[in-house]
Amino acid sequence: MEDAQTLVVEYLPVVIFLGLAIAISLLFLVASSLLAPRKPDPEKLSAYECGFNAFDDARMKFDVRFYLVSILFIIFDLEVAFLFPWVFQVAEGNLPAFWSMMGFLGVLTIGFVYEWRRGALEWQ
Amino acid sequence: MALIAFYILSTIVVLSALFVVAARNPVHSVLWLILAFFTSAGLLVLIGAEFLAMLLVVVYVGAVAVLFLFVVMMLDIDFAELKQGFQNYLVVGVLVALALLAEIGIVAAAATFGGGTTFNANPGAATNAEALSRVLYTDYLLLFQMSGIVLLVAMIGAIVLTLRARPTVKRQNIAQQTGRKRKDAVELKDVRPGQGI
Amino acid sequence: MENLFQWGGGMWGGIGLAVLQIVTFVVILLVLIAFLLLFDRKVWAAVQLRKGPNVVGPFGLLQSFADLIKFVLKEVIIPAGANKTVFLLAPVITLTLALVGWAVIPVAPGWVISNLNVGVLYLFAVSSLGVYGIIMGGWASNSKYPFLGGLRSAAQMVSYEVSIGFVIVTVLLLVGSLNLSDVVENQAGGIWNWHAFAFPTIFVMFPMFVIFFISALAETNRPPFDLPEAESELVAGYQVEYSSSPYLMFMIGEYVSIVLMCSMLTILFFGGWHMPLPIPGVDGLPEWLLSLGGLLVFIVKTTFFFFLFAMVKAIVPRYRYDQLMRLGWKIFLPTSLVAVVIVSAYVTFQNASGRQEFDRLDADSSGYLEAPELAAVILPSGVDTDNDGKVSLAEYRDRARS
Repeated sequence: MEDAQTLVVEYLPVVIFLGLAIAISLLFLVASSLLAPRKPDPEKLSAYECGFNAFDDARMKFDVRFYLVSILFIIFDLEVAFLFPWVFQVAEGNLPAFWSMMGFLGVLTIGFVYEWRRGALEWQ
Repeated sequence: MALIAFYILSTIVVLSALFVVAARNPVHSVLWLILAFFTSAGLLVLIGAEFLAMLLVVVYVGAVAVLFLFVVMMLDIDFAELKQGFQNYLVVGVLVALALLAEIGIVAAAATFGGGTTFNANPGAATNAEALSRVLYTDYLLLFQMSGIVLLVAMIGAIVLTLRARPTVKRQNIAQQTGRKRKDAVELKDVRPGQGI
Repeated sequence: MENLFQWGGGMWGGIGLAVLQIVTFVVILLVLIAFLLLFDRKVWAAVQLRKGPNVVGPFGLLQSFADLIKFVLKEVIIPAGANKTVFLLAPVITLTLALVGWAVIPVAPGWVISNLNVGVLYLFAVSSLGVYGIIMGGWASNSKYPFLGGLRSAAQMVSYEVSIGFVIVTVLLLVGSLNLSDVVENQAGGIWNWHAFAFPTIFVMFPMFVIFFISALAETNRPPFDLPEAESELVAGYQVEYSSSPYLMFMIGEYVSIVLMCSMLTILFFGGWHMPLPIPGVDGLPEWLLSLGGLLVFIVKTTFFFFLFAMVKAIVPRYRYDQLMRLGWKIFLPTSLVAVVIVSAYVTFQNASGRQEFDRLDADSSGYLEAPELAAVILPSGVDTDNDGKVSLAEYRDRARS
């Protein structure tokens, strides 16, 4: 428990830093809302569309490929997450852990090759 | 002190989880969900599992919630229409919620009356990450490799579901482009005045 | 933090000192970034044979501060169709996230606000959250250009995040720790120990440095990867509808995270606060002077990388979107993955013999050499660095140094 205590103490400055960063950001907003003029009119508040009035809603359908990219990202991000603690075992020269990770990476490389061959990585 | 922090954080987790369900705007729901993830990471730090806390932020906030936000924001769904179907699923939903509640109750009861276990975030190692790495790759080899296969299946599944072959689209063949020689591309003609080619 | 509690005489005193420390740090950081912003514009101007800003103050030194005042005094325009809360939340998130990354950066020996065990992961987490500000800003504006900008940027930042992760892992494999101060200490002694140049890993690590540099450009939406805000295609991308201080916050946030990336390059590959050549006799100097010198070295290195960022902006033309995705997924990702395998194999097989030796000595395989086992082996004194009466593998491996 003693260890956890000192560990949590190390995170206190991070929390203070976070609070301060939020305070600075809000300070900018408040300063502008106090100091800046405010004279809205319909033309000023309309969305920019090269001088036209907006034809329709801005949120439209788009290519499903963007989702594919973010799903693939999640998978590779998890792969990276598994690699982080592994560095301790590598530093200790732990051979079983090394080969175990090679197997894991090998499986995912199969997936990567499949992706490549199917053309999922190609942007068209 | 740690107890006060625990109660503050867990209150925020519960409240933001409530708002995830209650918020009318789905984008706001996702934003509340992100807050819930963040505060859970704070709870993990409180028990000393800092590596898991960071992983929660990297994977859930940095990747999964980005996808959620992406889908909710960019997808052209009429959410008012979706809400119409709420009544149909009410019974199933209530059943699922009750089952979840019962499970949480069992866990809480086991932890309170079953003697309780004291949690040690880093048994026999300097840090949480190191303690994890001691067992993850060798003692839990099978589970580790299985998670690799699960990821592989997810990868293939995502591609099968979303990838549509579009033969009409022109693609750039970079090898062909850079491998092009001068004599394939340019032909010199000796054009005489007034004759043309 | 423990020191602060001692100096502050208790909890509240310690917290007060911590707040003071952080405020000082952030103010110095922001002032430095104001000048770096001017430096960026000056470099850009010099490449184009212009003078750059030169009116406000001597050599235009006060230009950034004049801009700040001007931004704050302008009207905040919130488009009629916008989602007001998310619209204002987006720049706040961008600036906040850019700033909090600095909490774990060790700028000089011992000078770090929070020395986390998982500092590298913290930085990785913070930099992966940067995409939120842009998606939210792009969506909340309810306008077509910002929407497209947000869409592009989400896919772009996400694509380069992966190779950044792999590159960071290659560095950590050499260090064997997730603590940023350990990463810097591992490169002590001179330029030939810096991760980018150390032999024999230089053949892998220098290319990794290049990949990290380029990915950092993509991650911070700097030219040549500034597609989310490409002015010739999307006017200004996700920032189109922003004005006044919300816009200013996006801009400051962008520059803060660029400088953060530069400092990460310095820490991971270029020895942090260490001098390129060891200077004899420097150890006799007082500690605060050494720290100050280290800080100066750190700032010089970071500024050098910022200069490279500025030069790239001035010189390189913008990538096309399919080229950008191709570079990230088909070149950087496989290359960095192969690099992880090579570096880990190198480190593992180098350390494996020591490990086997240790396991043979550790008869009861408890992970430590205790009293009966210690009798069988002759170790130099002082091996047991944490004085717990038993020798761990790490201590056994480090025995040559003591």
